[in-house]
Amino acid sequence: MINPNQLTLVELQQKIKSKEISPHELIQKTQDQIAKVDTEIFAYVSINERAKDQLTSLVSKGNDLPLLGIPMAVKDVLSTKGLKTTASSKILENYIPPYDATVVKKLKDAGAIVIGKTNCDSFAFGASTENSGFGITKNPWDQSRVAGGSSGGSAAAVAADECTFALGTDTGGSIRQPSSFCGVTGLKPTYGACSRFGLLAMASSFDCPGPIAKTVEDCRVIFNLMKGRDNQDATSYYKDYGAERKKEKIKIGLAKEFFSEGINEEVKKTVKKAASLLEENGFLIEEISLPHTQYAIATYYILVPSEISSNMARYDGIRFGKSREVLEDEVKRRIVLGTYSLSAGYYDEYYDKAARVRSLITKDYLEAFSKVDVILGPVSPTTAFKIGEKTKNPLEMYLADVLTSSANLAGIPGLALPCGFDEKGLPVGMQILGPHFSEDLLFFIGETYQNLTDWHKKKPNLGGKNGN
Amino acid sequence: MSNFTLSDLLRLSKLSQIKLSEKELDKFSTQISEILNFISQLSNINTQEVSPQTHSTGRKNVFREDEVKPSLTQEEALKNAPATYKGFFKVRAIFTEETQK
Repeated sequence: MINPNQLTLVELQQKIKSKEISPHELIQKTQDQIAKVDTEIFAYVSINERAKDQLTSLVSKGNDLPLLGIPMAVKDVLSTKGLKTTASSKILENYIPPYDATVVKKLKDAGAIVIGKTNCDSFAFGASTENSGFGITKNPWDQSRVAGGSSGGSAAAVAADECTFALGTDTGGSIRQPSSFCGVTGLKPTYGACSRFGLLAMASSFDCPGPIAKTVEDCRVIFNLMKGRDNQDATSYYKDYGAERKKEKIKIGLAKEFFSEGINEEVKKTVKKAASLLEENGFLIEEISLPHTQYAIATYYILVPSEISSNMARYDGIRFGKSREVLEDEVKRRIVLGTYSLSAGYYDEYYDKAARVRSLITKDYLEAFSKVDVILGPVSPTTAFKIGEKTKNPLEMYLADVLTSSANLAGIPGLALPCGFDEKGLPVGMQILGPHFSEDLLFFIGETYQNLTDWHKKKPNLGGKNGN
Repeated sequence: MSNFTLSDLLRLSKLSQIKLSEKELDKFSTQISEILNFISQLSNINTQEVSPQTHSTGRKNVFREDEVKPSLTQEEALKNAPATYKGFFKVRAIFTEETQK
């Protein structure tokens, strides 16, 4: 018998349409899977107790909705009407939003059912989910390791078949890195392509909500339902780019900085193998350079905390929420750091300087995209690291974003997808980066790769012994 | 770049309204020093000819019609408030009469 939890969104759409699977059965099976494995994984911080009732009322309307009954997990920084949204922080422990984030609303309107809210680093500040105020999400492939972050709960929930797809947010790698650590597929859209309305803000000029799913094809379907202009977010914007880009030979750039010294050898080897496979199948490969890559983290950790210190000022505990003392350590650290770089006497030295380097990093990408269509590289310098390995030293944790944060500085889209395993049996992920609004191109390359390989079909061994 | 000191941290803690315990002050001042030290590598880059970038897709002056639309009800807007008074947020007093002196 088929296990509906393991099916992709596109497979489920067909089976629901042909009445092979009923949406109620699917929701029940998803809830059973959560009950079975989530005590080990801790992907969810809260469960939607009304999921079945919501489905019943949707079905009774007899709608022919594209995502009818598809169980969706939502990162806890995205507002869900009537369902607790804490940003995985103690300061919002009891907060229940009176409205949905636009991206959540769009997918609910398409028939998706919010199955629960997933754990993350509090306010999405982190790269391992260890900064959550409520507990650490474990990697489904090895529970002594992190699921990545900050959307660790979302990636782990997809990997552990606790939902069909999940929503995450990516400010410096927070969709791509956990997707890579958990062996699933995730898209960081172009900045502005998906509305930020209802997203508990981290850094407003960086934050991007996006899908984490079992395949590139699924990500494409979800993204196409999420994207678009929203009057509630003045920075939201989408333009179709795909059609102008149809050409015979797509040129993929390998940035030499993405294969430099600090990157794990097995990771490099695995990603290069994926590039060779694409080359054998008609893509052109060319070495390129993004010379300012080494400065991305320093730039990011001035600009992002600066925006954070401003955004977090709203949590004053005056109208609702708890007082600022209960904020988690990393939140306090970033508020203080950001306040410093924006304060009188330091602004030019820090914020203004970093904003200028941001221009250089963006220019690197623009120049690269005049030579190649997309850039391919590893998502993370290593596979999933051990729980506790980097928590003592925040700077070391920041460096986990070394290959992802530059795309956020430039606002370009990136698709992360599994491309193999290391010797420990941990998933290795690669990312394909493209010019603004080139999501269609990324999907095309990603789908071609997933048609040639089956890394995305591998499942962790759960509900029994650890490992795979 | 500048040396980050405990007095800097105390000033920032006041500016950002975050009370830090002795332990936190000790831990954060070391950690933030390390982070700033790492960040100081940016001073190696010549940025005189470059203008600062504050956003990424180049959208400017995005306007929309100011339309009257249904919004949250007063009840919904107050739902998360621990204390309300006649349809308003009830908050602690910010200004008090000067009693000391």
